[in-house]
Amino acid sequence: MSGVLVVAESRRGELREVSLELVGAALQLKDQAGGPVAVAVIGADTFGAAGIDEIITVATPTEHFEAHVHAAALEALIERQQPSVVLLGHTIDSLGFGPAVAAKLGLGFASDVTALAWDGGPIATRGGYGGKVEVELEFPGKDTVLLMLRAGAFDPAEATGAPEAQAVEVDAAPRTEHVGFREVEAGDVDITKAEFLLSVGRGIEDKDALPQFEELAEKMGATLSVSRPLVDAGWATNARQVGQSGKTVKPKVYLALGISGAVQHLAGMQNADTIIAVNTDPEAPIFRVAHYGAVADLFDVADELAEQF
Amino acid sequence: MKIVVPVKQVAVLDEEFEMLEGRVDPDAIEWELNEWDDFSVEAALQLREAAGDGEVVVVSVGDEEAEEGLRACLAKGADRAQRIWEDSLEGADPLAVARVLAAAVERESPDLVLCGVQSSDGVHGATGVALAAHLGLPRVAVVKALDYDAGSRSATVERELEGGLVELLKVELPALLTIQTGINEPRYANLRAIKQAKEKPLEELGLSELGLDSDALGAAAGSRVRSMAPPEAGGGAEMLNGSPEAVAERIATIVKERLSG
Repeated sequence: MSGVLVVAESRRGELREVSLELVGAALQLKDQAGGPVAVAVIGADTFGAAGIDEIITVATPTEHFEAHVHAAALEALIERQQPSVVLLGHTIDSLGFGPAVAAKLGLGFASDVTALAWDGGPIATRGGYGGKVEVELEFPGKDTVLLMLRAGAFDPAEATGAPEAQAVEVDAAPRTEHVGFREVEAGDVDITKAEFLLSVGRGIEDKDALPQFEELAEKMGATLSVSRPLVDAGWATNARQVGQSGKTVKPKVYLALGISGAVQHLAGMQNADTIIAVNTDPEAPIFRVAHYGAVADLFDVADELAEQF
Repeated sequence: MKIVVPVKQVAVLDEEFEMLEGRVDPDAIEWELNEWDDFSVEAALQLREAAGDGEVVVVSVGDEEAEEGLRACLAKGADRAQRIWEDSLEGADPLAVARVLAAAVERESPDLVLCGVQSSDGVHGATGVALAAHLGLPRVAVVKALDYDAGSRSATVERELEGGLVELLKVELPALLTIQTGINEPRYANLRAIKQAKEKPLEELGLSELGLDSDALGAAAGSRVRSMAPPEAGGGAEMLNGSPEAVAERIATIVKERLSG
């Protein structure tokens, strides 16, 4: 067992950003894991990045990602490459096949990994208790360890021209049938264009409280956005949702009121220039990505903020 | 239609907690039913109701804390429950839990297995899909809409992708789906149902009854905890202290400064 096998990710013909981050992470492990760094491109166009030793392309019977095809392809590639580490993104697509491959082959496994180290084998850091503690995992007795890395947590490798790829054929059949894609309605607002987002979450507790924050946003010159629970509850539309399944935003200022900061939310806003968070829970994960934080009741602060603008 | 729904009691930490011998002090933990499982249970109940007959079985791998969550599911309308526990399961990782669940689900031969996408404490997002692999079932992860067609014994589902994109796909039963929050409106149980739930069957199982032992569990496990620690307090955030008025003033100053820059 030697080397790192990276599974690149594409959607509708386009390479996803996380693929370069996976290569970046693989390069970080390369010295200890030994060579080579091989990148598998399953059912998509090949690409290049600095430091890649091998590109392996796998043709698939389906045009789009299909979880069972990906699983079968990855199982065949692991058999072929005998890698000590397999890297996937902690993404919706990978959630559909990564854990299945790890379970079936009895691999070492961790998902939503935010940092990597090496001590005789890979060491993976991830959150525990909803992100309130950091957990280091080890994988004793596992020759191959499959790790799903959080998008945005690792520095991307530099994209280069595509090296010559090796085509590998695998026997992989789909078990679901693709019907189509659908974009969620755009709505009346584009929160990705806003310079200043006032974002509210579960902490507002009641739908009836929402108009107060719409008014406050208007007064402050901000655009109102929300975290997922408000959309799930039907209080706000998906168009205003920040996070993995909503929009990724990068405003100059992101003011979060009553948002604890679930991983999927942080994924959508952690690159904002300035993040200010108000939450009653001093251990809320949002304080770890925020530049300024206040442990306070959001309604008290909101009332006072209205006086300031 | 027979549907098995694996559920989990999740740990909610107090605002202040201590570490004891490298683990979170158990006294600082409260337990509640995983939020995602409210939605998977509701989806199962709706399917059973639409079918007009069938059974919803909830299964949990957990110590006695898990009984409360199972009773809550029974009160909402699940027909029976199974709780699997042995001390060797303490701290089991998602792959070990999936192995145990597989042994329990196999005994039921359900038409459908519905899991939550993830648990709010572990946030692995792995157990359901690993379970599907053990059962040899087709699976769809992160389902936010579900339409079952009895005639073709297939489900058309929406898979929630990143950035507001949705994929529609069709899967034949038996299958396993992991259910995303927001797919439905979970019901609340009334007091009468909560009382009646105490009379519903709740089977308690150990590993040996499922043909498993701690060696099988160890082999299935994907990882071992090496260390656990609270992250640095507040991370990089500069904390704004004082009255709400003082906090609001500081926030206003920062906002105005950053927007003008």
